[in-house]
Amino acid sequence: METTQQTESKIIELKPFTDEMVVNMGPQHPSTHGVLRLELRLDGEVVREAIPHIGYLHRCFEKHSENLSYPQIIPFTDRMDYVAAMNQNWGFCLAVEKLMAADESKDFAIPERAEYLRVLICELNRIASHLLSFGTYGMDIGAFTPFLYAFRDRERLLLLFEKICGARLTYNYIRIGGVSEIIPMEPGSIDEQNYLDEIESFLDYFEPKIDEYNDLLTSNSIFSERTMGVAVMSAEMALSYGATGPNIRGSGVDWDLRRDEPYSIYDRFDFDVPVAKDIPELGAVVGDCWSRYKVRMDEMKESVRIVRQILAEGLPDGPVMADLKAVRPPKGEIYFRSEAPRGELGFYIVSDGTPKPVRLKGRSPCFSALSALQELSRGLMVADIIAIIGSIDIVMGEVDR
Amino acid sequence: MPEIFSEGFFPKINLQEGTNWATDFVRDVIIPRLPEAVAGHFPMELGTVLVMLAFAGIFVAVVPLLPLVLVLAERKVAARFQNRTGPMRVGPWGTLQTLADGIKLIFKEDYIPPQGDKLLFLLAPYIIFACSFAVFAAIPFGDGIPIPSDFNIGIFYIMAISSVIVMGVIMAGWSSNSKWSLLGSLRSAAQIVSYEIPLGLSILTVVMLVESLGMRDIVNSQSGGIFTWLIFRTPFTFIAFFIFFISSIAEVNRTPFDLPEAESEIVAGFHTEYSGMRFALFFIAEYANMFAVSAIGVTLFLGGWQGVLPGYDFLGGFPGFVIKTLGLVFMMMWLRWTLPRLRVDQLMNLCWKYFIPISFFNILGTGIWGLIFEKDDVWSIGISCAIIYVGLIGAYTVAGRNLVRKPEPQPS
Amino acid sequence: MKPEEIYKTLADKFGESILGFDTELAGDPIIQIVPSAIADVCQYLAETDTLAFDSLMCLSGVDLGAKEEELSVVYHLYAMQHRHSVVLKTSMPKTDAHLPSVSHIWKTADWHERETYDLYGILFEGHTDLRRILLPDDWEGYPLRKDYKEPDFYRGMRVPY
Repeated sequence: METTQQTESKIIELKPFTDEMVVNMGPQHPSTHGVLRLELRLDGEVVREAIPHIGYLHRCFEKHSENLSYPQIIPFTDRMDYVAAMNQNWGFCLAVEKLMAADESKDFAIPERAEYLRVLICELNRIASHLLSFGTYGMDIGAFTPFLYAFRDRERLLLLFEKICGARLTYNYIRIGGVSEIIPMEPGSIDEQNYLDEIESFLDYFEPKIDEYNDLLTSNSIFSERTMGVAVMSAEMALSYGATGPNIRGSGVDWDLRRDEPYSIYDRFDFDVPVAKDIPELGAVVGDCWSRYKVRMDEMKESVRIVRQILAEGLPDGPVMADLKAVRPPKGEIYFRSEAPRGELGFYIVSDGTPKPVRLKGRSPCFSALSALQELSRGLMVADIIAIIGSIDIVMGEVDR
Repeated sequence: MPEIFSEGFFPKINLQEGTNWATDFVRDVIIPRLPEAVAGHFPMELGTVLVMLAFAGIFVAVVPLLPLVLVLAERKVAARFQNRTGPMRVGPWGTLQTLADGIKLIFKEDYIPPQGDKLLFLLAPYIIFACSFAVFAAIPFGDGIPIPSDFNIGIFYIMAISSVIVMGVIMAGWSSNSKWSLLGSLRSAAQIVSYEIPLGLSILTVVMLVESLGMRDIVNSQSGGIFTWLIFRTPFTFIAFFIFFISSIAEVNRTPFDLPEAESEIVAGFHTEYSGMRFALFFIAEYANMFAVSAIGVTLFLGGWQGVLPGYDFLGGFPGFVIKTLGLVFMMMWLRWTLPRLRVDQLMNLCWKYFIPISFFNILGTGIWGLIFEKDDVWSIGISCAIIYVGLIGAYTVAGRNLVRKPEPQPS
Repeated sequence: MKPEEIYKTLADKFGESILGFDTELAGDPIIQIVPSAIADVCQYLAETDTLAFDSLMCLSGVDLGAKEEELSVVYHLYAMQHRHSVVLKTSMPKTDAHLPSVSHIWKTADWHERETYDLYGILFEGHTDLRRILLPDDWEGYPLRKDYKEPDFYRGMRVPY
């Protein structure tokens, strides 16, 4: 018995792998969505390991925040996820407002009009963000045309944002206690009516476009070959890695903070939460790149639905800013999370009762989702790495903060 | 059809007589026009060489202009697909844009990676450039236009020359001393070598029917109007045409087979490290290649310079040939701006698991067809067209539904 | 389950390792835990069916200022199934900042612990790959500590400008 084992161990070791090649993908690379660096250990085209190195866009958001007052921090949140800056503003303001509301000696309520404006603008911003994700994903897979279609539509949204806050990318629009009134829009005025009409006409134009994009890219057979069944992230894995938002819904977990832990006035709107399903006749598996991508495409439709409901109701009258003397939350700490386009955006604030936070941590959804890349990419091909990065939809500004 | 293309501008030469078209040209065209005192003493050999050089000069001067036009066309076509205008600033409607780009590239720094293999690095673009232009030598542009060298092995020559391009690609990738270049060049080598097989096999079906490798013979055999074009001659050549077209897209590295230069994966593939004029050479060669394979496709399957109807010049002659070729080029551009890119393993699967078996089947089928119908006549072509028609209808009803993958909306 | 009930469960199970339950401050109530027990507590929280904390929302280091001479690590946990959340906090002296890693329980903790190590210098024992993540590998000091002084030069480049 022992002798046979010895002879067996003497059998020449099978070496199916050739020499490894270490390649640096990034920080300057066309499709790492910013300054992500991946250390790829390649065996020919097969990736044996992809180790992400981040920090090239670290701008010391947390260190800066400790030296700034709360309203001064809002522009810094813009720079986190610069693709969906409205949602970042909102997430931070929600956290501060929650902490301030804990102090019962002062009472303040966010005006109804401000809440409506916030939901309106943030849902439009979500569409803009998903459009960018759709366009760049097409480009990652090799189709250039969807990118320009997406940017054409996103341009109209950016013009809408510019009209309401004067900026196209870093808005600083949502403030603690309401929204900014830098461009005045009187309730019931002709300006407001024009603005809402413009949004309406955009939605009328945009809604059929989503189906067009689905025809162009989502149902393209080469695109589905490239993305279906690639890099399957199971629900357990997604939960464990802290993937959130479209990524976890792409893994089949029915979870949306807007519906399950409604903040602001989301409980008043009627919308569905798209969740990925197995589609055997096409080959889509829950948790693959295609599912994550498809969830985003479906979410745009839901955002359109929410915005339409607001347009149907009309904006309520009243001020857009709460009557705040000073932003000075009480001593204490809070973690508040909101549903940004890329997932659960949390802010952890430790306050000692002064106008500046002692500690502010931004829990970015991309940071957690990106950490799953190393496990997802093992054994796939170079082209699949690009497909994964695109499908988890990272923005490096948010990963590195 | 202006007569200038067939009669006046390019003098008609009888290619069957004599051993060398250039000698014939000197004897038939030049010597009668010389003064009598010189004519008797004119050395034939010198004249032959001079005529050959002159024709080569025309090609070297005229053919590189093609990519200039094609690059602009590509940009304009892409712009139309993407709801934009494309280049508009340089010249009227941006027509001089590629010229401006070319001038810019000429004056750019010619950077050579210091760690790379300098000789190979310098040589690679010339090899690719020379090979892609050498292909033009064997393409029959029109009946009256003399092919500089009308070999009896025209298509074989084209296959051979276009295979050498791989060498240039590998040299470029290796000598750049860049990992991305190396990856790109190896992808390219694998791809071109693989796709040459279905390409060659589908050419073989044509050669079997025509029983000649000469490009001129192949065109001449399609002189009876659109239904004698080789694409409709048998059902198998119909399939072979599509295999040829798709494989040739892969040969010239265009989307959906543009993996060797996939900018979102491996930056720019084998020419990542090239700059300035050397980069321009790659670029020109790519577009020249594109035109060349389309021209070969037209020659082999779509009647070459032969018109749609026998005896009429509609879509015939030199302009007809160019129109048909540009039509195929446009198809390539259309595909490029619509489709995403395949992955390496899918690319190889498509070639080895589908195209090569189908090509072998085609050869078998063409052989049997040749046994059944000894001569192409109304019957054989009629049956062929009927089979193609029925096959298309069947393919559309059966496979079409599955090909259009339309996922149902996902309810939550 | 309410945080109070979770606190009671934990206090019954782990006894002295659970230091207390803060409710006076504004915001979420916090369960204070001894640093060395954090991995066991987290394991228990994650694996008990009635608790089933399957997601770590946030892991952050805190430095409350030079006076208190203390670093803290705060864990925000959430259970998808039961839809309840809990906040764990553990504090340790600056001079000897180390505690067990929880990265084997939730993979989220992997990068978050690296980040906390990077910015606060807290060592997570049992973490497989504890390197700097946001800052360059040769950066000196831990910038989010309140007593941090930025260097004058980093590789010949002036830092404060």
